[in-house]
Amino acid sequence: MKIEDLKNNDDYELQIRRNPQSLLEEYPRKGTNIKSTHYCAGCGHGIIHKLIAECMDELGIQERCVMISPVGCSVYAYFYFNCGNYQTAHGRAPAVATGISRAEDNAIVMSYQGDGDLASIGLNETLQAANRGEKIAVFFVNNTVYGMTGGQMAPTTLIGEKTVTCQTGRDPDYSGHPTHMCELINTLKAPVFIERVSLANPLKIRLAKYAIKQALTVQKEGKGYSFVEILSPCPTNLKQDVASAQKFIEEQMEKEFPVKNFRNNLYKKDPVQRPASDFSKESLDKIFNVKRDEGSGYVDEDIEPVSIKVSGFGGQGVLSAGLTIAQAACAEGKHVSWYPSYGPEQRGGKSNCSVVISNETIGTPVVDEMDILIALNKPSLEQFSQDVKEGGTILYDSHIGEFTTDRNVKVIPMPCVDIAEEHGNARTANTALLGALTELTNVLKAESYENAIKEMFASKPKVIDVNIDVLHAGAKWIKDNS
Amino acid sequence: MSNQMVKGNTAVIIGAMYAGCDCFFGYPITPASEILHEASKYFPMVGRNFVQAESEEASINMVYGASGTGHRVMTASSGPGISLMQEGFTYLAGAQLPAVIVDIMRAGPGLGNIGPEQGDYNQIVKGGGHGNYKNIVLAPNSVQEMCDLTMKAFELADKWRNPVVVLADGTLGQMAEPLVFPTEAVEPEIDESWAVRGNKETMGNLITSIYNDFDELEDFNYELQEKYAKIDAEEVIFEEYNTEDADIILVSYGISSRIARSAVDKSRANGLKVGLLRPITLSPFPTEKVKELADRGVSFISVEMSNGQLLQDVQFAALRKEDTHLVNRMGGNLIELKHVLAKIYEIAGFEDENLDTSKRSSEKASPNIID
Repeated sequence: MKIEDLKNNDDYELQIRRNPQSLLEEYPRKGTNIKSTHYCAGCGHGIIHKLIAECMDELGIQERCVMISPVGCSVYAYFYFNCGNYQTAHGRAPAVATGISRAEDNAIVMSYQGDGDLASIGLNETLQAANRGEKIAVFFVNNTVYGMTGGQMAPTTLIGEKTVTCQTGRDPDYSGHPTHMCELINTLKAPVFIERVSLANPLKIRLAKYAIKQALTVQKEGKGYSFVEILSPCPTNLKQDVASAQKFIEEQMEKEFPVKNFRNNLYKKDPVQRPASDFSKESLDKIFNVKRDEGSGYVDEDIEPVSIKVSGFGGQGVLSAGLTIAQAACAEGKHVSWYPSYGPEQRGGKSNCSVVISNETIGTPVVDEMDILIALNKPSLEQFSQDVKEGGTILYDSHIGEFTTDRNVKVIPMPCVDIAEEHGNARTANTALLGALTELTNVLKAESYENAIKEMFASKPKVIDVNIDVLHAGAKWIKDNS
Repeated sequence: MSNQMVKGNTAVIIGAMYAGCDCFFGYPITPASEILHEASKYFPMVGRNFVQAESEEASINMVYGASGTGHRVMTASSGPGISLMQEGFTYLAGAQLPAVIVDIMRAGPGLGNIGPEQGDYNQIVKGGGHGNYKNIVLAPNSVQEMCDLTMKAFELADKWRNPVVVLADGTLGQMAEPLVFPTEAVEPEIDESWAVRGNKETMGNLITSIYNDFDELEDFNYELQEKYAKIDAEEVIFEEYNTEDADIILVSYGISSRIARSAVDKSRANGLKVGLLRPITLSPFPTEKVKELADRGVSFISVEMSNGQLLQDVQFAALRKEDTHLVNRMGGNLIELKHVLAKIYEIAGFEDENLDTSKRSSEKASPNIID
């Protein structure tokens, strides 16, 4: 077709000037002057918007696309893009993009950010999302200056370049050096595609489009993270005209920020497919081991509330002994609370737990005064013996030594470690004490303790039998010695 | 019985999963980390999404992103992490996005320690971020409610398109009680009238909190206030325990309310007319109920693990400061029963010679690891 023929075509002008389908023809979200953009004359954003939209059209992905507008001049990118849109907090776009992409595996998520947003306040989010290999395309518009807030120094401002916050030119001794984002991201393993492009002249703009298309192809195929840095003019804040803006990009920016492809694993990388979510009750019941046929709720019965404190060193099985009692009570449909308390050390410090068993809603789960104190070491015996109620019981490891009190409290020293060792496992001393408990109080059935032990040690089946033997031996010892 | 002994922090995840929560984003912090652990374990088992974020700011913004797709999403943290998330709270409220945030409170200010406290009341109930917004706030006081109110939180978040906070503390997170599992599992439907999902149906939708025109933003603010007024009218939940004939009313939520309940029982055994009003929703606050009790001439005691933050709301609702009292502990210490009783007895003019409040409890709530 000859040029002369085209000129006669009524649609010719429209064809050249109209927006790609992925950009709106008019911008009603803008409110006023809906046919023009909010960008300054000579700004690079308009070009980049159009390149991205053309690629969306050409790849046939418009409906799948979600564009994220950041904080900065492109805060209103959603005026223009004809796809799903988000606007986000300053610097957080990669985190927001992560959320969208994880929730909607099929969405093509684009994070459009300037240099302040991406390389300063959002540097952490940027690198972390890249490092996780999120399925997002990041378009980084680098114009070496904060635009919307009025021309302040950006992380990418060149050495010697003047801005309103480095009025005599950026001095590296006071404000560091320009940040090289492609180079930083290129140190990470996960990203699939990394390229820096320039808008300095029409040829470079065509090359920029090619990189953007590659980045979006990575997304179309669900392969992972792609990053395109675009060197772009900001004639307003840098006080440049067309010629000097072009000169600035070519002679200064491109010198500091080399225009090149850093990585392209589009053809090497396999797609990342995430599984569909399962919301069925059956699956949840299975993972939480819920037995619906056993019924649930509380059994109405008349029992006296019992409060028990189990105390000793961390590592003596204090917390698990308390939990075994609580588990036994729970299985019987009783109200019960288990409340742990530790010393400052992670291991080997003091530790205790409170167990309250009742036939009604339990008030405080913290036991200040207890019916039964089970003590596995001397410090806790001394600390808590005063808190045992009149008529209550103190059951303790006889290795601690003699303990007497003139209060009306039953004191039982028990060779629980010896009993445990007789069964070949000294670590079951706490279970011997539980065995004694089955005889000292009839609030719970003996078999409930056995079942609780089976439940507690379900992941270590080898030790179930010895614990049950020790439980019986503990009960027998109490019968023989009281 | 199929009841299971479950820790409060685990109950949160059970509730969330039966409520159809699809994404969990979080960052470790004691004493909320177990929620993160459980999410990382259980979410992938049923193909749901879990991401350990790089920070609390990232967590809450991942929540923002995933919430905008219309899925049910959540995060959990504790005071210092919640402070970092405040930016996200106000953006969620401003974009009218549903989200559930669980705050397992620890002691502050600053790094404080990891003992239980209720000092986050103001930042959560009043809205700790910028702008004229509010969270909906639910305050469980048992392991069962850690599960049930997390489920309720998702329902309210969707209904009102607003962030909902489950406000608990380190004690509730750590303690174990029998849990009656939810009877149903929710398969949430996505509302495509506002969500942005990356599909044809939602292409025209926009998630944003920006209103460039002052009048438009003012109108939106009025709209939000109308929403909050409706929430005030429809969603207040509280529990009354022995309040009918009470002269002294304890007002308390969360773990403090458990101790307050015991104080009511003990006082009643001594013939004192004491009751408990437990707000289950802290926002909306049971203002009318407090006013009704105030008009009856009762004495109020706010029982809280903070510096009178709840007391102020009680006074505001009661429209009086007179005869309103505070029993509190801070710094990671639990409220002690005897201190609540001492205040009740003082107001009632009752003598109990056995009550010794001189000694501080040796009880500490949880490990003292700073992180």
